[in-house]
Amino acid sequence: MTKTIYSIGFRIFSLYLMLYALPNAAQSLKPDAKKTIIVQKGFDVITIVPSLGRARHITVDSNGTIYVRMNEYNIDGKGIVVLKDTDGDGRADIINSFGDFTGTGIALYKNYLYASSDSVVYRFPLTATGIDASKLDTIVNGLPYNPQHGSKNIVIAPDGKLYVNIGAPSNACQEVDRTKGSKGMDPCPLLETYGGIWQFDANKLNQKQSDGIRYASGLRNCVAMDWDILTKHLYALPHGRDQLNTLYPEFYSNEQNAELPSEELFQITKGTSYGWPYCYFDHLQNKKLLSPEYGGDSKITGRCDTMPKPIIAFPGHWAPNDLLFYHGNMFPEKYKHGVFIAFHGSWNRAPLKQGGYFVAFVPMKDGKPTGTWEVFAEGFAGGKEITSPNDAKHRPMGLAEGPDGSLYISDSVAGTIYRIIYVNK
Amino acid sequence: MYKSLIVITTCLILIISYQSLNAETVSSNIITGVHPGKVVYETYCLTCHQADGYGVPGLNPPIVKTEWVLGDKNRLINIVLKGLNTPINVNGQTYRNPMPSHAFLTDVEIANVLTYVRSNFGNKASAITTAEVQTVRAAK
Ligand code: HEC
Repeated sequence: MTKTIYSIGFRIFSLYLMLYALPNAAQSLKPDAKKTIIVQKGFDVITIVPSLGRARHITVDSNGTIYVRMNEYNIDGKGIVVLKDTDGDGRADIINSFGDFTGTGIALYKNYLYASSDSVVYRFPLTATGIDASKLDTIVNGLPYNPQHGSKNIVIAPDGKLYVNIGAPSNACQEVDRTKGSKGMDPCPLLETYGGIWQFDANKLNQKQSDGIRYASGLRNCVAMDWDILTKHLYALPHGRDQLNTLYPEFYSNEQNAELPSEELFQITKGTSYGWPYCYFDHLQNKKLLSPEYGGDSKITGRCDTMPKPIIAFPGHWAPNDLLFYHGNMFPEKYKHGVFIAFHGSWNRAPLKQGGYFVAFVPMKDGKPTGTWEVFAEGFAGGKEITSPNDAKHRPMGLAEGPDGSLYISDSVAGTIYRIIYVNK
Repeated sequence: MYKSLIVITTCLILIISYQSLNAETVSSNIITGVHPGKVVYETYCLTCHQADGYGVPGLNPPIVKTEWVLGDKNRLINIVLKGLNTPINVNGQTYRNPMPSHAFLTDVEIANVLTYVRSNFGNKASAITTAEVQTVRAAK
């Protein structure tokens, strides 16, 4: 009993210390004087750090410390970068790094920081003084690695279920990948170990793929996933297939290929298959169509009639790389419980001009969009029109929500980390 | 006298260059003014290697001044014929996506597209002939 009272007392005391130590955010945050990216009216941008390297997903803890996952080692040869702002202006004054592996996935759960490589999910304990990099646990080991669509990005739900994207190492499951004239394999054997989302236990060490369950299938590569605490569902926005025009010029013009297939946002339900590689969505016809590798001709629906449709669809090839359900209190009411999407930007719309390269927003209620999507933040690539992805100076990659409701965005080219705040002017 | 000499030499140069180039190349050059390799590039390669030849960071490598484009011709012809599926380092970056085989292109189309690639995007290397493609295809 006394012990409990003591510990409660201690907790209140430490909470007090924490609050005291937190700089008064609203007053001291210093938005960028020079515009870097363009955001909706009423918002401002803070460049937290300009160039970390090949940044991937990010997460922010309850103290506002930012953890950035690196796809290539940073200048100190490490794979996770930790950013702290001690004077409250919003910019990072302490930059540390640790972790001897690169990858995409990063998440906080209980007192651990989880991070994935392209074949393993690890975790590090969070201590009072920060991360203990010497105590590395292996959560899932030996996930199938294949360079194409290799990112094993992760999401952890409040109940401790760990969701891992295992992207398919293929465009459309042809016998010979991306090769004109090669048939689609039927059934697609890749779906046994790839092309879906697997569920594991975030609290259990040393699991293998076979210890997890294939939670959802028929998903080509879901770099963008999030768990919505309100609807208690996983959501995912896979990368749609490429090259309809070059592989099947008889059915698809360059103009059609630029728009198709749609990028599809799904509310994921356990045990469901979403169609890849047999089917794709065409938002212009509002139909799930049969892929040309499986006898489709840009019109036939065939076996795809019964396939789940997306809750909202976007034009093709925009490369959704992160999803974030916003539950914060900083942004205006319309954003509450809606979803932000980081579109990394296209390459397969060529020879037409590219698309994506922005952060979009979709207002949501009860798991369904209540309006159409809109551009929330753009101008990352620099210049008005992007014809070649190599011209992009920055590309939106990861999203995170801070404790005060700020939105954090990482960039995969230079490794700029942005913080978007609402200033109401 | 002086004028007719110029006309004669110009004709001679034209005839010589006409013979040294492959017939198809020249005929479509004359009709459209577009390098026939450019047409092949735009139809089959541009989607991955992009209009500027710089490819897609992290996915498809650039074909600008790389050792594969400028180096050994047989190796280059084989990339188009057989594709490539081993991680390669191009100008300091690693690329790991597969490059599909383009064996369905004719020898003339392959010679044209590689000649075009080797003399555009800032590349300066000799032409690749239909005969060279034929030899590599036959050797496989
Ligand atoms: C589906 C996308 C795709 C298409 C279409 C494609 N390539 Fe490639 N290409 C690649 C990839 C990916 C690699 C690297 C392969 C590897 O690492 O094993 C590559 C490598 C190369 C290379 C050697 C590396 C370099 O960058 O110098 C050359 C040359 C090349 N491609 C030329 C072509 C030509 C010419 C065409 C058209 C006939 C073409 N490619 C069509 C994706 C593509």
